[in-house]
Amino acid sequence: MRRYSVFAVAREGLRYHTGWERAWRSPQPKKKYDVIIVGAGGHGLATAYYLGKNYGITNVAIIEKGWLGGGNTGRNTTIIRSNYLQDPSAAIYDKALKLYENLSQDLNYNVMFSPRGLIMLAQTHHEVRGYQRTVMANQLQGVATEWVTPEQLKKLVPIINIHGPRYPVMGGLYQKRGGTARHDAVAWGYARACSDMGMDVIQQCEVKGVRTEGGKVVGVSTTKGDIDCDKLGMVVAGHTSVLAEMAGFRLPIESVALQALVSEPIKPCMDVVVMANTVHGYMSQSDKGEMVIGGGTDSFNNYTQRGSFHHIEETVRALVETFPMVSRLKMLRQWGGIVDMTGDRSPILSKTPVEGIFVNCGWGTGGFKAIPGSGWAMAELMAKGHSPLTQEFDMFRFREGKFIDESVAAGVAH
Amino acid sequence: MLLLQCPYCGVNAEETELAAGGEAHLKRATVGDSDEAFEGYLFMRENKKGVHLERWRHAYGCGKWFLAARDTATLEVFGTYPAQTTEPPADVTENIRAKYPDWSWKETA
Repeated sequence: MRRYSVFAVAREGLRYHTGWERAWRSPQPKKKYDVIIVGAGGHGLATAYYLGKNYGITNVAIIEKGWLGGGNTGRNTTIIRSNYLQDPSAAIYDKALKLYENLSQDLNYNVMFSPRGLIMLAQTHHEVRGYQRTVMANQLQGVATEWVTPEQLKKLVPIINIHGPRYPVMGGLYQKRGGTARHDAVAWGYARACSDMGMDVIQQCEVKGVRTEGGKVVGVSTTKGDIDCDKLGMVVAGHTSVLAEMAGFRLPIESVALQALVSEPIKPCMDVVVMANTVHGYMSQSDKGEMVIGGGTDSFNNYTQRGSFHHIEETVRALVETFPMVSRLKMLRQWGGIVDMTGDRSPILSKTPVEGIFVNCGWGTGGFKAIPGSGWAMAELMAKGHSPLTQEFDMFRFREGKFIDESVAAGVAH
Repeated sequence: MLLLQCPYCGVNAEETELAAGGEAHLKRATVGDSDEAFEGYLFMRENKKGVHLERWRHAYGCGKWFLAARDTATLEVFGTYPAQTTEPPADVTENIRAKYPDWSWKETA
């Protein structure tokens, strides 16, 4: 693989950009791999990458029924933060944030990580107490967050209306290290690095069945034929239940649609990410100038990758109150993704009842921010059989009542 | 927008008029049941890409709970029926089998 650099740009500039090679190969599947990862989204590709980088396991295939990063990786609002309440969450999300900080250098691919800061607005007394508690918890966890007053907040976000009639802004939880990254680039960067290590990224290859013998996985049946493997990683977000059923076990997950929308591009007006959980909306400005807006999830199970129309109205209505200038914006695009929700709103990174099958799912509405940490931890789990980052995220925690309860801490927008 | 007919008052209600209540026909785990049974009752929900039987409440209408059979892959509605039932009625089952001939309800399977 040719490295990307300023010299590469200069060289190609002199020869009409004819020398750029494809970022990753698109091979036909081999008969057998040591590890198959199902799902070439961010989490799946990151898992494969760290399997190769940290454990030298490179006989790996990442198979994807659609196109690379075309699921939730390409459908999220690109927000990155690690200000979680519970210790196990803070550990894995902060690992992810630290990896994001050097990801562009690590992958030799510009993921456009922008640590512009992130504020979660407190708009009720309940939220004030909740976020002040989170600030305390974060300090104990070694995650730098702080409480900001409405006046400080107004300086950071001049377009905000802190005196809203129904939900005035009473303060905020501020994580300066939080921000955004280019979501497609994260998938592309990992795919390029995986391909460079000799791994096969196989797109347009849908898994139709999981083959087991004596309680152990032996391979998968796909639209491109049977492929054998020693270990199988399921990293398919909203379709996890479908894949788990093929392997003969169940997971405590429900799939629902979450949607987002973007406005027309405008001049720079907001250089932080703002989340307003009470009124159910969050917003940041992309490098192109579009306001990227995240909304709520549907309340019913849904695999259609399109959300209910009324959520758009609810989200935009809430944002118009908090950011009055939004009322003049035209919205350009709206889309949905299928998120996998667990009972405690925390992910599952776990061994399964079938030997050799590992599952990484349940990231619900907040998976993008976790991609590098999730991949790092999942790779350790698959290579060594255990990982300090994943032990609390076991799928059997629900039976024992050992929840990692982020639903109380994070509300809706995750 | 999802439209469901309330089987009590007959209104074709839009989803903003309704509140979703999750999987239908759950059997409550009780004293003496195993941890697995409680885990199943509390957390293990049907999450099929296909037929889903679910509870809804006509929240901004007559206020009553009813049940619906819906396709989660297409949002097609196979029918709605009163909540005082332990299994989907024959007409709903027929509608489902017209599209999924092999479909069988887990309790009767």
